[in-house]
Amino acid sequence: METQVATFEVKAGLAQMLKGGVIMDVVTAEQAKIAENAGACAVMALERVPADIRAHGGVARMSDPGLIEDIMAAVSIPVMAKVRIGHFVEAQILEYLGVDYVDESEVLTPADEAHHINKHDFKIPFVCGCRNLGEALRRIGEGAAMIRTKGEAGTGDVVEAVRHARTVLGEIRRLQTMADEELYTYAKDIQAPYALVKQTKELGRLPVVNFAAGGLATPADAALMMQLGVDGVFVGSGIFKSGDPARRAEAIVKATTHYKNPEILAEVSRNLGEPMVGRQVTDIPQEELLAKRGW
Amino acid sequence: MRIGVLALQGDFAEHLAALARLGVATREVRLPADLDGLDGLIIPGGESTTIGKLAVDFGLIEPLQAFGREKSIWGTCAGAIFLSKDARRQQPLLGLMDITVERNAFGRQVQSFEADLHIPALKEVDPSDAPLHVVFIRAPLIEQVSGDAEVLCALADGRIVAAKQGHLLATSFHPEISGDDRFHKYFLRLAEPA
Repeated sequence: METQVATFEVKAGLAQMLKGGVIMDVVTAEQAKIAENAGACAVMALERVPADIRAHGGVARMSDPGLIEDIMAAVSIPVMAKVRIGHFVEAQILEYLGVDYVDESEVLTPADEAHHINKHDFKIPFVCGCRNLGEALRRIGEGAAMIRTKGEAGTGDVVEAVRHARTVLGEIRRLQTMADEELYTYAKDIQAPYALVKQTKELGRLPVVNFAAGGLATPADAALMMQLGVDGVFVGSGIFKSGDPARRAEAIVKATTHYKNPEILAEVSRNLGEPMVGRQVTDIPQEELLAKRGW
Repeated sequence: MRIGVLALQGDFAEHLAALARLGVATREVRLPADLDGLDGLIIPGGESTTIGKLAVDFGLIEPLQAFGREKSIWGTCAGAIFLSKDARRQQPLLGLMDITVERNAFGRQVQSFEADLHIPALKEVDPSDAPLHVVFIRAPLIEQVSGDAEVLCALADGRIVAAKQGHLLATSFHPEISGDDRFHKYFLRLAEPA
């Protein structure tokens, strides 16, 4: 039997299997087990959650391979890990480790201020952040097989996640009203490959799966993003920086499935304990905003 | 005829799109009451631990078992695991099919692949007998069929990737993401009310 590995369909296919699910940041194998038992569809293995990266300052890099391997050994669900924007050697290391998805992430300190990784060069799939349609399509052009809107990681403030999801989804809606001859100029204006602009118009959605990320902290936040039209959610600091992580994780999973059912949303939101201590995005100096990283 | 797709987590939208292409009425199933009046059900790909946990939490296990005793269910990948009697680890299962599955049997995502499969049973819906192009994503294998379960498709080396037991179907792979709807047609024939 002839088989083909590492095709774009295979890479994008795993993201399709994650849809309707919650991907949780974890920093230990123990947390990964808690996430899996709570119903996470995948975990993001990292040394520090974004809220701690913010607090810690300094340069944030790929996590220790030993930690990532511990987490891979602890759970049966897919394991993702982050590399710095443009740091293709960190990505080569993660590919060697066999992680299931690489997040080329603005949460880490960028390694290249002009170029993202050429993701077509890799057998493992990549997910990348975006704030608008042009950025999403540039990343897909570079080979990303999954997109997440960036939001503002480590804040517990959902406002940027909403802004970015509304921007991308609103731009797609407007794109569908455009005449075909207008697409050439539009592609130039948003600095995106023409073929992907055309494909997005035809599909009426991004050509790959699109999750929301950055600042989600409650079941209602997850359901809000799902109702806005994303395919699933990432929750970073929001779970393991809260008072009762196992319970909150489970509640966010349930809210992501039953995102249109207020009765269940009310039920799962009850007695959840302390949410993560939030930090309003408008209080953060412009130069400290993570979402601005990436080009 | 109306077919439900279990919409707890996974690629249920892809199955709904395939059914829509075939002109079938559909419904997303998240709670037991959503099963009322359905002629068949598809359990999509996704994470079997997530789907199993949500099925337990929302009281779906027994209603799904009762549904499967009378009506057709087809599980793809995670759905096949969920239908099985034994997944070689502790996780919620429907236990409707006499199959033993091994999760992530081909390895991690780097080992995921596309392939053309010859599935003789598809002759019922397409006399051409052309191979079916499908995608395996962190796929399970059906290690063993027993009882009334039969092999529908095996790889050249004998490893089982599709099984049938009466009106129940399990596939390791995902016909729903490659755009060839013949397997969906085959399922619809099974689901058709007598």
